[in-house]
Amino acid sequence: MSKIIVKDKEISVPGETLAIGMDTLPGAGTYREGERIVANRLGLVMIDGRTIKLIPLSGRYIPKTGDTIICKVIDVGFNGWRLDTNSAYSAMMSLKDATSEFIARGANLTQYYDLGDYIVCKIVNVTSQKLIDVSMKGPGLRKLKGGRVIEVDPNKVPRIIGKQGSMVIMIKDATKCSITVGQNGLIWIDGEPMNELLAIQTIRKIEKESHLSGLTDKIKEFLEKKK
Amino acid sequence: MHRELRSHIISLLNAETRLDGRKLTEYRKPINVEHGVVKTAEGSARVKIGETDVIVGVKLEVGEPYPDTPNEGTIIVGAELLPLSNPDFELGPPGIEAIELARVVDRGIRESKAIDFKKLCIEKGEKIWMVIIDICPINDAGNLFDVSSLAALAALKDTKFPAYEDGKVDYKTKTSRKLELEKTPIAVTVIKIGDRFIVDPDIEEEKVIDSRLTVSSMEDGTLCALQKGGDYPLTMEDIDKMLDIGIEKAKELRKHL
Repeated sequence: MSKIIVKDKEISVPGETLAIGMDTLPGAGTYREGERIVANRLGLVMIDGRTIKLIPLSGRYIPKTGDTIICKVIDVGFNGWRLDTNSAYSAMMSLKDATSEFIARGANLTQYYDLGDYIVCKIVNVTSQKLIDVSMKGPGLRKLKGGRVIEVDPNKVPRIIGKQGSMVIMIKDATKCSITVGQNGLIWIDGEPMNELLAIQTIRKIEKESHLSGLTDKIKEFLEKKK
Repeated sequence: MHRELRSHIISLLNAETRLDGRKLTEYRKPINVEHGVVKTAEGSARVKIGETDVIVGVKLEVGEPYPDTPNEGTIIVGAELLPLSNPDFELGPPGIEAIELARVVDRGIRESKAIDFKKLCIEKGEKIWMVIIDICPINDAGNLFDVSSLAALAALKDTKFPAYEDGKVDYKTKTSRKLELEKTPIAVTVIKIGDRFIVDPDIEEEKVIDSRLTVSSMEDGTLCALQKGGDYPLTMEDIDKMLDIGIEKAKELRKHL
């Protein structure tokens, strides 16, 4: 019979032994070393039946299939674009995934996406070597025009979005800004100058106070006061 | 490269505001000047404007004068842009940015005659004091020029001579003799984006500048150095306007010294 050493929702540090025995399974952010299950990173322990997983509290973005992310074009090649994903790995977008338009052979690819442009795209595949393929085919995936891009802690992105997008919808309503949140911690904001600033302030506040309970009410109050 | 960012910034500037909500000619806050942060240096200062953070150290060494100025000391300004302060900086010999930064700071101090070089002479034609000013950005969040030159001045103000006897310098004992500063040249970099003028750019604004002019001026508003940068030319009217802004803003910065 295996023994789980940590309690649910406890904070673990890298290298900490979470459980001993072959009955429990290592989930995200953990690995097995012989009999033991060891934490990979700083995070909250979640025990879900037989699996132990960690919800990371810090660290950079790790690409995952299906994520919608905001990327910057860093290179234009002959058959596609290389994108900076705000993680340790860059992504590749091939011609056929870039647009539904017909692209003639030898066309100047910069007229679609140029160096320094920001785009919203979806990760379609991540190999074991962390080669990332992204696609622009899907609802809401586009090149970002105007506005600005800010960077936040990728681990706080779920809090910024809120349950079913409640938090981000609240900010959008209060500030009349268009906002797109990428899973990789880049957020695009476009609106009136002062409203943009308010949206950024609010996002920074969420980032700072993400661990507190009753966050939604607090942010609602904050937005009403600033209006 | 930054077309979208540029058009966004210009639309903000036309609405008399900026990315962080400042006015066009407003410095970031807080402006913080701290003296004597490095114990091993003869003088040092750490200056923060907004997020930008620069440490400057002053070292005094005894050396030989240049043959054409046998009774004058000298200053040497060096800057090293550490990769720690900005991901775009790389290790290795100083690049064009580091050299320009050092030279702008050097020029402000040298041409304003803030330090009387004759007072740095120990023995005519034989021995002089060399004032070595090292600029070390801790965090580059834009506007290294203004922050560095303010920090260099603050560090010089803090400088005390070490004990000197029979041609030997004892760095362990500091005398009460201070390095005298006759003037306080303050550098203000005025940026032109589109047809608007701003001061104290942040890192995003620095990516899209058309041209910049670093204006160093003294207490009475006399100019002592100018440095033009950026890819676009300036008209005479532009320069006039930029000088006015530069001299006006220098008064504000000088209060923090």
